[in-house]
Amino acid sequence: MATSESRRSFMGFAFGTVAAVGGAFSLVAMKKTWDPLPSVKAAGVTTVDLSGMKEGELRTIEWRKKPIFILKKDADMAKDSNRDVVIGDVAYTVVIGLCTHLGCIPAYAPSEKLFKCACHGGEFDTSGKNVFGPPPRPLDIPPFRIDGTKLVLGEEGPEYKKMIAEA
Amino acid sequence: MAHIKKANGIVDWLDQRLAVNKLFDVLMAKYWIPKQINFLWAMGVILTTLFVILFVSGLFLVMYYKPDVALAFDSVNKTIMQEVEYGWLWRHMHGVAASVVFLIIYIHMLTGIYYGSYKKGREMIWISGMLLFVVFSAEAFSGYMLPWGQMSFWAAQVITQLFGGIPFIGDALVVWIRGDFAVSDPTLTRFFMLHVCLLPIVILAIIAFHFYSLRIPHVNNEISEEIDFDLEAEKYLAGDTKNSKVIPFWPGFLAKDFMYIALFMIFFFYLVCFKFSFAMDPINFDPANSLKTPPHIYPEWYFLWSYEVLRGFFFDIGSVKAFDIGLAAFGIAQIIFFLLPWLDRSDVVKPAHERPMFFVWFWVLLIDLIVLTVYGKLPPTGVNAWIGFYASMVFLLLLLVVLPIITIMERKRG
Repeated sequence: MATSESRRSFMGFAFGTVAAVGGAFSLVAMKKTWDPLPSVKAAGVTTVDLSGMKEGELRTIEWRKKPIFILKKDADMAKDSNRDVVIGDVAYTVVIGLCTHLGCIPAYAPSEKLFKCACHGGEFDTSGKNVFGPPPRPLDIPPFRIDGTKLVLGEEGPEYKKMIAEA
Repeated sequence: MAHIKKANGIVDWLDQRLAVNKLFDVLMAKYWIPKQINFLWAMGVILTTLFVILFVSGLFLVMYYKPDVALAFDSVNKTIMQEVEYGWLWRHMHGVAASVVFLIIYIHMLTGIYYGSYKKGREMIWISGMLLFVVFSAEAFSGYMLPWGQMSFWAAQVITQLFGGIPFIGDALVVWIRGDFAVSDPTLTRFFMLHVCLLPIVILAIIAFHFYSLRIPHVNNEISEEIDFDLEAEKYLAGDTKNSKVIPFWPGFLAKDFMYIALFMIFFFYLVCFKFSFAMDPINFDPANSLKTPPHIYPEWYFLWSYEVLRGFFFDIGSVKAFDIGLAAFGIAQIIFFLLPWLDRSDVVKPAHERPMFFVWFWVLLIDLIVLTVYGKLPPTGVNAWIGFYASMVFLLLLLVVLPIITIMERKRG
């Protein structure tokens, strides 16, 4: 009797182990099935030519399905050496235009020189720094590379790496 | 095998094979319901009816709906609304039922709180009910996304972004849930799967569990009297139906429920035919645009109270970011009602009007929920933001601090 009891518990243990290993592999497969597809991950690189922009002009372009704000700073706007993208002697604010609170798109109010998010009242200054409301951090800066007067979004150039290293 | 003999009719034939008479007794004729309950106890049956309406209307919608970002908007607003015969009816029934089901859920929940139906012995009924509420919320949210209008898109954007607040894995988790760097086609297709397949199966399973959990401690009553159901059922079966405190679910109780269902259906089809627009946000008739946020975004009315708790904390406290406080408060708001049987430290089962301090607590909670709902819809600026803050504080204090204190005082008094 004792022998068959221990055999039975061994069978139970063996079955449990096989099932646990199989279950763990299934979970990995399920996790990976929900990961972004290769075509999505390889989302393209976007190039913008900034040479035609006027001082104080805000341009919104799309990169990886996200809006990117590019603001050419005029003389009145405070420079921020940690965040400005400098091409030649002009400083640009280049940020992902999604509020760092919950991801809405803030609207630019030129008269107040503020990016205002209507959803929860968050406000950002012309350098993209959060100055009011619930956003926990400044607007994110997308990876970029400077190519003459052009800005290549999605590639990490030396200026971007330097900016990240200092932050 | 049971001994099968020549049947004397269809029912007998089935009874020999499926024990239908016994099944009917267990589910209906010998399922005992207290006599002393009011219309608030009909909400369960009304919710069941609404779920059936949602299920059937959903079947008709899913035959024409296309889960593809390029096709979804037109498949709803053009094909279903203009081409499919009676497509408008299924859509409006589905949309209105999805909204009204929350009204009835809230009445059902608050009834449970008022009469102490979550206490001593009935905890599993309460917990399974709260699970249903949470899964219904996920079901409503995933369905709201499907027409792929502006509100659908931005609701998806904001709700998936919430997971970004989870420490360490947040950002990666958001990309994983969306299946893309932004809300897009993979997000839509997986929410479609959740809405039409996985979550309905889960809901059906929890409904079955909720009903089962009700059979052992039995349903509470208007005076929270502890009834010996076996004794009272014996009285009833012995013919003393007048003195028995219980009646069978069928035909006695369900007959009353049918009347309430009929009254409710008048209200429901009035909404479906004449007032359907309350469940259809006008902004959602603009196709989704990932590069333009609507000036003011808000959830459907039934999520406004917890949305207001989320955004009520709009300033940093010390080094803690407002965003994290709001997210934590929102998280607490989602799960706090699960803990009600343990936050209420008094083991007295009585309706609220016989527990003076609890009675005040109940109505303050209800008023606070209404204030949160109203201010959840208003823009969070100026004085609105402060009212939202105080109402959120009151909500958390009521449940986490005030309820345990007053129920401990109640227990000491005996």
